[in-house]
Amino acid sequence: MKELLSKKIVNLKPSGIRKFFDIVQDMKDAISLGVGEPDFETPWHIREEGIYSLEHGRTFYTSNSGLKDLKIEISKYINRTQGIKYDFNNEILVTVGGSEAIDIGLRALINDGDEVIIPQPSYVSYEPCAIMAGAKPVIINLKAENQFKLTAQELENCITDKTKILILPYPNNPTGAILTRQDMESLVKIIKEKDIIVMSDEIYSALTYNDKHVSICSFDGMKERTILINGFSKAYAMTGWRLGYTCAPKEIIKQMTKIHQYAIMCAPTTSQYAAIEALKNGDKDVEEMCKSYNYRRCFLINRLKEMKLDCFEPFGAFYVFPCIKEFNMTSEEFATKLLKEEKVATVPGNAFGESGEGFIRISYAYSLDTLKTAMDRIEKFITKLRNE
Amino acid sequence: MRTEILSIIEKNSKISLKELSMMLNMAEIDIANEIQKMEEEGIICGYHTLINWEKTSIEKVNALIEVRVTPQRGKGFDNIAQRIYKYPEVKSVYLISGGFDLLVTLEEKSLKEIAQFVSEKLSTLDSVLSTATHFILKKYKDNGTILTSEQNDDIREAITP
Repeated sequence: MKELLSKKIVNLKPSGIRKFFDIVQDMKDAISLGVGEPDFETPWHIREEGIYSLEHGRTFYTSNSGLKDLKIEISKYINRTQGIKYDFNNEILVTVGGSEAIDIGLRALINDGDEVIIPQPSYVSYEPCAIMAGAKPVIINLKAENQFKLTAQELENCITDKTKILILPYPNNPTGAILTRQDMESLVKIIKEKDIIVMSDEIYSALTYNDKHVSICSFDGMKERTILINGFSKAYAMTGWRLGYTCAPKEIIKQMTKIHQYAIMCAPTTSQYAAIEALKNGDKDVEEMCKSYNYRRCFLINRLKEMKLDCFEPFGAFYVFPCIKEFNMTSEEFATKLLKEEKVATVPGNAFGESGEGFIRISYAYSLDTLKTAMDRIEKFITKLRNE
Repeated sequence: MRTEILSIIEKNSKISLKELSMMLNMAEIDIANEIQKMEEEGIICGYHTLINWEKTSIEKVNALIEVRVTPQRGKGFDNIAQRIYKYPEVKSVYLISGGFDLLVTLEEKSLKEIAQFVSEKLSTLDSVLSTATHFILKKYKDNGTILTSEQNDDIREAITP
């Protein structure tokens, strides 16, 4: 039957997180710290706006690239947070989540055999999307000793004359790492020198805990060579609304819009109306949620310190990524044993790339009470392991 | 630091010092001192429990009373407010802008007791011009907490990536 199916697709690896979730689902009293979405409900005023739009019969398609008012608000938002100006008319495309933007962005740029540089550990979609677009993924294995930041040296080492795109996944899922302006400076130099396009996935940009997020587009000459990806899922707790957006130079947006219009038509209308409200009046909610995540983050970091589990301090997203190498187990063995013995589900780090081996991802998109219980169980678990 | 401590314990006064210290990245002793100081300064005025009495067998009747009064020269509304808030059955007294002056909330065991309080104690005060009593029929939300039984389970489904 194999001939029936596309070889390219059949050969794609299934996501490593999936397997784990199947076990968790069957376990009644398991605590999951595995989920990568906010535990908050979408703020009420945003939901209300969605309901209002339905009541008033806004149930039609929007234009392919999205509602004009939404694109204007997006453009204002990026301007007020990053000081970058995008023309709402032809440099912004509203997509079905940031994930669609990743897919169509790659498809719009890749010619067969082009190389896409993917720093890992990172979000699991980049590699398969690059492969589906016909690119050759080139993986950079980020290092814990660099706080999982991409260094200029690492970047330079993997550039060939086929290199086309660098995916820049910061603030990072699963490590929680961020790049500061200073970190980016040396990268920008190489990117410009080697004439590389950047796909900057900034879906967690609203969730940073020390300094405000800096977009690489804010560097001189970078806006012209960057596909900026963002969305409403993480910042406004709107995962189920499936709404994201991408900003890029006009000629790229034009091609992305073509794929978008043939494959998707337009992003969900209700979500677009709600998103206008989110951008207009949602700053306070984001700030509140961010504060709440930060309390949990500090709690986890301190708790990990207490149990002497090695973990660098993450400053973005809502994950911590502790190292479990001392136990001489693979991430998967560790996570499986933890799940079976103490009923706490985490995600093994290798699900996010080879360099995630030896780590586990703990999401803190959970109530403090849940985190407390889970951390007590993890402590019990590793104490037992250490005494074996 | 104070704002952060306050915003956390405002929502959860039962939180332990240890947790607070971990969340705020501060020593327990510093937080304890700060809380004590704020208690002494009257910033933290009490630690109460929000109870949904409707779920118990105990009867409680709550009323909001709009009170119009004549302010006194030199004292404004303070004197009359004090005479009202001294009654233990009075839960709160606010000075309000708009069509009346004081909003008094009252908790009693029965309707009769509220009626008695209003007609015998409140209305008979010299400066009180008029009152309007509203009985609370159902509390949907109190002190920022929703009291109706909405489910709070984690309904997030497993999804990858």
